[in-house]
Amino acid sequence: MYSQGLIGAKTDTTEDEAFLVAFQARIDAEEKIEPNDPMPEGYRRTLIRQIGQHAHSEIVGMLPEGNWITRAPSLRRKAALLAKVQDEGGHGLYLYSAAETLGVSREEMTEELLSGKAKYSSIFNYPTLTWADIGAIGWLVDGAAIMNQIPLCRCSYGPYARAMIRVCKEESFHQRQGYEIMMTLARGAPEQKEMAQDALNRWWWPSLMMFGPHDADSQHGDQSMKWKIKRFTNDELRQKFVDATVPQGEFIGLTFPDPELKWNEEKGAYDFGAIDWDEFWRVVKGHGPMNRERLAARQKAWDDGAWVREAALAHAEKRKARREAAKMAAE
Amino acid sequence: MAATVSREVLTAFLLRLADDHLVIGHRLSEWCGHAPMLEEDLAMPNMALDLIGQARALYQYAGEVEGKGRDEDQIAYLRRERDYVNCLLAERENGDFAHTMLRQLYFAAFMQPLWQGMLSSSDAHLAGIAAKAEKEVAYHVRHAGEWVVRLGDGTPESTRRMRAAVDALAPYVDELFESDDVTAAIVKAGIAPDPATLRPSFEAIVGPIFAEAGLEWVEASYGQTGGRQGRHGEALGYLLADLQHMQRTYPGMVW
Repeated sequence: MYSQGLIGAKTDTTEDEAFLVAFQARIDAEEKIEPNDPMPEGYRRTLIRQIGQHAHSEIVGMLPEGNWITRAPSLRRKAALLAKVQDEGGHGLYLYSAAETLGVSREEMTEELLSGKAKYSSIFNYPTLTWADIGAIGWLVDGAAIMNQIPLCRCSYGPYARAMIRVCKEESFHQRQGYEIMMTLARGAPEQKEMAQDALNRWWWPSLMMFGPHDADSQHGDQSMKWKIKRFTNDELRQKFVDATVPQGEFIGLTFPDPELKWNEEKGAYDFGAIDWDEFWRVVKGHGPMNRERLAARQKAWDDGAWVREAALAHAEKRKARREAAKMAAE
Repeated sequence: MAATVSREVLTAFLLRLADDHLVIGHRLSEWCGHAPMLEEDLAMPNMALDLIGQARALYQYAGEVEGKGRDEDQIAYLRRERDYVNCLLAERENGDFAHTMLRQLYFAAFMQPLWQGMLSSSDAHLAGIAAKAEKEVAYHVRHAGEWVVRLGDGTPESTRRMRAAVDALAPYVDELFESDDVTAAIVKAGIAPDPATLRPSFEAIVGPIFAEAGLEWVEASYGQTGGRQGRHGEALGYLLADLQHMQRTYPGMVW
C-alpha cells in the first residue's frame, strides 16, 4: 500500500561521466539492476529512501486500520480487516528486505522513522473516526497506492519491481474490499450512507495529495524518471486516479467534495479543483492531526519491545553456546 | 449407540468454545501494530484470524443447533455480559508480551487435545470444524511455546517477566479442566472429551516447554472460576463495549 510521491531524497551523484553513461544505457535497454550490480550512489540513495518510505507507510498504516479491528461491525468484517492489516505488515517486511539488498538494515531504517528523518505516507496522519473510514481507506488510499505501484512493477531495480508485483495483487484485493464496504454503507440505512459520505468528504483530498506535489514543483521527478524508478509523473498518476475513482463513487450515489469536479469531453478526463498544498506540507512537516500519535505509538512499541528483542537474541546465543559445548564434550 | 444431547446442551457447549475463541482472539488482535517486532505484528493477527475463524464456525453451528434463527453476529455481538461463557483465562488482559504468549500457550495446550478428541466426534459437523482447527492450534502451541522458552531463558529481565506471568496466570488454569452437567452430557454423547481428562495432555505440552525455559510450575493457592456461568472479571465489560459498539449503536443494520 501507500507509496506516495517521494519526498526529500537527494539524487545528486558523483561518479564519472563514462560510468553514468554506461549505467544509463543499461536502464534505457530496460535491463533490471540487481543488488550486486554497480550503480550510481544517487540511484542507490533514492531507492533506499523510496523503498524505506514505502515500508514505513505500510507499518504506520497498520495503526489507523488496526484502530477498528476490535470494533468491526461483524465477524466477517473483523476477519477481513485482520487479514488486510496482516497483509500490510507483510508488505512492510517484504519492502524492508528489498531495501536491505541496497546495504541498509531494518534497524537503521526503523531508527530513521522514529527520529522523524524518514517519512511515511502522510495520509496516515489523519484519524479513522468511523467504520466508513475503513472502507474509504481501502477504496481511496489503496486505490491511489495501486496507481502509484503498478508502474513500480516495471521499476528498473529488480528486487523492488518483483516485490511490487506481489504487493499489487494484494492491494487490488484490498481496494475492491474497501469499495464493497462503501457500497454496502451507501446502499444501507440513512445513518450508514451519511457515514460513507462523511468518510469520502474527509479522505478525498488527502488521497489526491498522496501523489505528491505538482510536476512543476517536484524536485526529484526528472532524475527518477530518467532512471526508470518512476514511469509516470505525479500529475499523470493523480489524473488516472481521479478518472478511475469518480465513476465508482457516483455509481454508489456518493458526492465528491469538489465543486469544480467535472468531465472534460475535450480532454477525455476529469477537471478537478485546486489541492490545498499548504495542508499537504503542514502534514508532511509533522503537523497533521495524528503525526504525533502515530510516531508515539511506533516509538512505544519499539521501546516496550526492546526487552523481548534482547531476550530473543540472548536466548539464541545461549543456545548456540550450549550446542557448541555439547559438541566439544562429545569429541 | 451413543446417547444424544438436547439442543440446549449442545448450544451451551458450543457457546463456551465459541466465546473462548472470540474473546482470546479479540485480546490478541489488540496487539496489532504495537508488537515488539514486525514478525510478531504478523504472527499475532494471524493467530487472531485463526481464532476468530474458529469462533465464527462455532457460532454459526450454535445458531443452527439452537434453531431460533440467530446468525453468528447476533450471537457474538448481542448478548449481555452475563451471557458470555468464556473461560476467565481468555479474557485476561494482554499485560506484557510474556503474559500474552503464556496465556496463548495455556489456551492452545488446552485446545489441542480437545480438538484432537473432537476429530472423532459423534457430531460430524463439529468433527469437521475440529479437523481445520487442530492444524491451526498446533501452530499456536509451537509459536507461543517458542516464545515462552526464549523469554524464560533469555535475559534476567525476560526471565523475571516470564515468572511474573506464570504467577499471574496460575489462578486461571484449573478452570479450563472443569466438568459439569453440560460437559458430562457431551461426553456421554461422544461429542467431545471430558475437559477433566485433558490435564495430562496439557501438562505433556507445557511441561517440556517450561523445562526448556527454566521455569517452574506454580500451583495456584486458589483457582478462580465462574466464566462458564458468566461470572467474569471487570475487564470483560470493556472488551464487550468495544466489540459490541457498532451493533449496539446501529441496531439491525447490515454491514
